[in-house]
Parts: sequence; C-alpha cells; structure tokens
Amino acid sequence: MANDQHIPEELQRNVFMTTVDFLYNWSRKNSMWPMLFGLACCAIEMICTAAGRYDLARFGMEVMRPSPRQCDLMIVSGTVTKKMAPTIVRLYNQMAEPRYVLSMGACATGGGPFKEGYNVVSGIDKYIPVDVYVPGCPPTPEALLYGILKLHEKVENQSVKTVPWYRKETPKGIAVPELGPDIFQPDRAEEIAMFTLRPIPAEES
Amino acid sequence: MTDDITTMEAPALPYADAVPGAVVGADEFGIIVNRDKLVEFALYLRNNEGFDYLSSLTAVDYLGFEGRTAEDRFEVVYHLFDTKKGGDGVVLKVRLPEDDPQLPSLIMVYPGADLQEREVYDFYGIRFNGHPRLRRIFLWEGFDGHPMRKDWKEAYYEAEHKPFKSRWPNGHYHWAEDRVPWGDNVKYPQGWDPNAFEPAPPPLPTIHDIPGEEIKTDRVIVNMGPQHPSTHGVFRMIVALDGETVVGLEPECGYLHRNHEKIGERNTWLGNIPFTDRLDYLSSMSNNFGYVLAVEQLMGEKGKPPERAEYLRVIMAELTRIANHMWSIGFLLNDLGAFFTPALYTIQEREMILDLFEEASGSRMMCNYMRFGGVRRDVDEDWLNRCRDLVHNRIPAKIDELDEYLTNNEILLARTKGVGYLSAEDAIALSVCGPMLRASGVPYDLRRSRPYSIYDRFEFDVVTDDGCDVYARYRVRMEEMRQSVRILKQALDDIPEGPVFKGKPGYVTRVAKGEAYGAVEGPKGELGFYVVSDGTDNPWRYHIRAPSYINLNALAPMCIGYKVADSVVILGAIDIVLGETDR
Repeated sequence: MANDQHIPEELQRNVFMTTVDFLYNWSRKNSMWPMLFGLACCAIEMICTAAGRYDLARFGMEVMRPSPRQCDLMIVSGTVTKKMAPTIVRLYNQMAEPRYVLSMGACATGGGPFKEGYNVVSGIDKYIPVDVYVPGCPPTPEALLYGILKLHEKVENQSVKTVPWYRKETPKGIAVPELGPDIFQPDRAEEIAMFTLRPIPAEES
Repeated sequence: MTDDITTMEAPALPYADAVPGAVVGADEFGIIVNRDKLVEFALYLRNNEGFDYLSSLTAVDYLGFEGRTAEDRFEVVYHLFDTKKGGDGVVLKVRLPEDDPQLPSLIMVYPGADLQEREVYDFYGIRFNGHPRLRRIFLWEGFDGHPMRKDWKEAYYEAEHKPFKSRWPNGHYHWAEDRVPWGDNVKYPQGWDPNAFEPAPPPLPTIHDIPGEEIKTDRVIVNMGPQHPSTHGVFRMIVALDGETVVGLEPECGYLHRNHEKIGERNTWLGNIPFTDRLDYLSSMSNNFGYVLAVEQLMGEKGKPPERAEYLRVIMAELTRIANHMWSIGFLLNDLGAFFTPALYTIQEREMILDLFEEASGSRMMCNYMRFGGVRRDVDEDWLNRCRDLVHNRIPAKIDELDEYLTNNEILLARTKGVGYLSAEDAIALSVCGPMLRASGVPYDLRRSRPYSIYDRFEFDVVTDDGCDVYARYRVRMEEMRQSVRILKQALDDIPEGPVFKGKPGYVTRVAKGEAYGAVEGPKGELGFYVVSDGTDNPWRYHIRAPSYINLNALAPMCIGYKVADSVVILGAIDIVLGETDR
C-alpha cells in the first residue's frame, strides 16, 4: 500500500487507512434492512430467502422492519395493483434516505402475466424509481440473493460527494396517485382534463 | 318471460310444487328460479330439503351468447349443498334482464352470501336488494363501470380471445403501452373533471354493542393494513375499538385484485392453468387440481386421466396440504408473538416438499403440473423413494416434534383457547369451509362428502374438533397433516405403472358446450371452479370459489367482543392467502 509510508512503523499493524466512501458504503451495505412488506407470490419466496435454508442473515439483512421509517430497502415483491399503488408510493415517501427499491419478479417489473388486467399497474417503476430488477415468476431465492448482491455493488460504487441525500436542495416526495374512475397522478390532472373535457362537436351549441 | 313453455313442462320440474311459481324452468345444469320467489324458495330448500350450505354464488354475463337475448342477459348462479348428507347439491339460476339487473338478497337465508353478493355487485353491477352493505369490495368506490361485463373493455384490450394476433405467428410484439392514449394501463371516461375530484370517504364498520362492558370509553377507529405485518399480505381491516375491545370490523379487499376472472375469459382453457397456480400461491398443486377437474367434466370421457396420473395428483395434492398447514401453523405462532422461530422450523419442512415439486414439475412454487387428462411429467422411482422417505420418516417425526413443543405450550393455550368462537350453526350459515368448518365440529370434507378423483379408495379420517376456537383450528390443521401422511403412504404403496397423460399434448382443448362446477378440498377449504363453455377454445366464464375469501365472512362475527390483539390471531387462524382472496 502506497499510503503506508506516512505511518510510523510501530503503528502500521494497528492503524488501517481507507477512504470515507469505503467505510461508509461497507457499513451501509452490510446492514441493509429490508422492509417487511409483501404483495403477492414473490413475498413467499422472499420469506423463504430470509428463512433457514437461504439465510439472508449472511448479508446482515435478517432484520426486517414493518415500519418504513426504519428501512433502507423496499423489496416490491409481487403484483402492484392500482388500489395498492398509492399505498406503496406513500410508504416510499416515508422511507428515510438513503433508500433503495428492488423490484422482485415479473409483475413488479412490468405487470407480468397480469399486465393486461384492469387493476394492474404495468410495473412499479411507473411511480417510484427502481434500483435493481430481478426477473422470474417468482424469482427463486437464489435469484433474489443475486439481485441483492447487485444492489450491494451499486452501494459500494456510490460516493458521499455525489449522493443526492447530502445535497442542499432536499428532493421532493413523489406525488401520491389518486383513485378516481381510474388511477391518476394529481399533477397530471390538467393534461387529463384536456382529454376528458374536450369540447363536444358543434351540433349542440 | 317464458310462461307458456313452463306451464307446459311444469310437472317435470324439480321442486315445482314447493313454492308456487318459484321454479320457472330447468336446464341440464340447474333450476331456473323466478327472482320474486327466490327468497321463499331458498328458505324452503334450506329448511325442508336440507340444503343448508351456500357454497358458491356468482353471475354470468350472456351478452351475445347463442340463444340469449337482452331479456335474460345476466344469470346469477347459486350452488347449494347439504353438509349432513353430502352428495351433489342443487344449482339455482336466476335470469335477469339487461335493463333491470336486480334481485332480492339471500343474506337473511344464507348469511354467507354477504361477501359473494358484494363481489357480484362489484363485477357485474347486479343489485341485491336488502343487502345492508352493498358497496364495492375489490375495486374502489368511484371506479368507472363494472369490469366483468362482456361489453366493458380494459385499457390494454386487444382482442376477445388469445392468442392475440400481435404475438403470433411472427412473434413481433407491439408494446401495449404504445397502443393506448396515456401510455399506461388507464382510461378515463369522457366528461370527467380530474380537478374537481373528491376521493370517496373511507368505509366505516357497523358498531355492535357488547353486553357487560362497564366502562364506557370513546370509540376509536383503527386502520390495519394494507401494509401490516400480521395481515398475511395486503389485506386491510378497519376496526372500531372500545378501549381494547373490538366492537366493529369491516374487511376491505382488493389490494391484490389481479383480475384472474377477466383474464381467464381471454385465455385458452390450457392457458389458465398457470394462472391457477398464482391464486393460492402456497398450494399451487391443489389449484391445478380443482381447475382440471372442472374442465374434465366438460370434456367427458376424453378427459379421464390414466390411473397413474390420478395417483400422482393425489400425492401432489396431499403434499401441498402438508406444506400449506406447516406454513400456516408457523405463521399463526408468528402472529401470537413467537416471532419467526417456529416459522423457521416449519418452512424447513416445506422446503423439503418444494424440492420434490421442483423435480417433478420444474418449479418450486408455481408448479403448473396438471393437465386435462393427466399430468405434465412422470416421476421416476428415485423421486418416489425420496417421497416415501419423507412421508414415512421425516414429516411424521417433525409433526410430532411440533406437537410436543407447541400443542401444550402455556402461552399458546392462553392466547388461543376460547378465542374467536364460531359455533357449528354459524359456520355453516356463513359458508365457512375447510379446517375452519371442521374446527367447529362439522365433519364436512369434500374428499368424503363428494369424493372426487380416487379419494374413495383411501382410508383416512375427517378431522373435527368441537372447540370452535383458534386452538381447535390449530389442532385440526395439525391432525390433518397426519391424515395426509396416511393417505400419502397408501398412495405411494399402490401407485401403478403406466402412462400419465392420455392423448396428444396440444395447446387447444376441445371442450363441449355447457357448464361445470369442479371442487376440491384444498388446504384452505372448498376450492371450486365454475366454468361455462360456449364450445370454443376459451372459457365463456371462469369463476373461482375462493375459500379464503368466503371464510372472511366469519371474520367480523368472530372478532367482535375480543381484544384487538386477538383479532390478529383470529385472522391468522383463518389462514387467508391474498392471491386467492382478491383473485
């Protein structure tokens, strides 16, 4: 190590030099608490991943918290329905930064086999940003573990200098969609009104 | 409507003189009842003929069906059974015109009609007069239209039947998002003003007075779910509390409503099998079983599976039952506060069974294993030997171990004994099924009362318990695992050699015109599939009688009067799986 020359010889066995980023990311990635939050079939595989055989505890992740305020990672495990989507966005907004989202399975990623259904959202990324997508219907526990390792890689490559949560301007929360005749984003209301309230062709006036 | 014809045929009609004017006709599959006399006739059937159990209640939209007009567009179908004698039940049908879809509610005769009538109202817009809480249950108040009507099209609508032209034969896929105006799975009605939108108020539970409560405190409404660690998924209940006592409870479903039934009408018959896997995702093999039984009824002789396939089906279904009960017992303890330790032990056993499933079908959870007229793949001798080892050695030992640690555990006894009382009469009236019904002392098990497949060849006991509480439900599940082991031992001894599939495998299934109701005793209870065929490659109607949905009828009556902490345990003992509850 090049830095060793600055350390007196008698201290070299007791002092380790590293970067802030490395230490910060190393500690974050090894205690990433997922939210105890299951939507559908994939949640069962998520529980199996946390159980004895696959043992999520090896990655420091066995502490699942039902409260979004105590979690770092939201595993969207299953079909996102329109009725559920506002709740998920609200949960995401309640999570403290740094927060990550892992989309588990075909449904959470793009609607999956239920995509054409009238109550199904075509992927959670229509509403909240996703860090890792894990394919499968449902993904096996091995696949989920691989996705989590990929997320660890992502965390390792972040730097305190550039991460969004140490910037001056605080990022705004995501607008929670509402359930009208169909799900809609309140901030797109004008756009929708232009379409639904189009003037009726001439013969009436 | 068809008065002339019915008076001519009147003597041949079943129960024709029971209630004058009630029975107006009959077809191959059921009795057609006049809606004005429906309540009277149902009362007669319940009181005099012994049909005390309303199993399934659903509706069919016959818009554009051969031989149907606007006069009889909708048909509400009731499946009634006798819990004492067993055997085939009776099917009532009420035909409704397009412009006036309403009929009297049966909730006073069969309280179990409650949730199912709300479901029909939600999907078809058929009004049930006299229902106290007729509002949407799967979709939300204010949703535009009734989605299961044949003339209601979803945003991503492509064609009436699969395979869609866009995906076949060249394989070029056009993204659904590119075809719709909003680039998303949404559609808004003309004239709707989103700026003036007011969300519907949340539903409030009906408050019940609890006798014997001395201190009067303020009622507090507590919302549990849809994100709650103890609701087994995305179930939501709105609880009214007086102090810590539950005085009112309103279940709210639909947070996992994935439109199985609408998608099922677009799919080919075969294409629905993988969707059934995802209903009750803890017991996919049982779901396959129920669906193939229903469709095989329509296929007639052609659909009869070979002997070895029948045995394999029973083996898979019973292994599923063990896996499911293991899971549900583990998570019941979880709800009691023994956070995850018992569940870790039970999940371990489930993994052993999933290994067998994975080897036989290729997938751990979504097995997609059964086919019309057989099963997808044969298993080899090594598989059978491993299964025998599991059934003879490992699982019985584990059940005994669980029994030893849990059954007489003081905390478990204190938390479950006398909690969630449901009498036998109430259980039948509320259409409760499966281990819940048997824990109320009613020996009603489809494997005995209406034997399907080859269950009549096996020796096993129908497990009942007179406790009527959460502890009894736990005991019944524990004992049912032992009975499953007993069936498995016999099936593994007797399994013959031979083919496992009859005919040639193909994508298109030839199905006769008609309708069928196939039901199995799934781990959660009676899992029924009501299918209507118009003779084409796709089902006209594909309805799932979901046990964990209908068991929720009993949730509010069981919780009221107990502490709020008990309501979690009571819900856990119903053993709901949201994929099946919401479909």
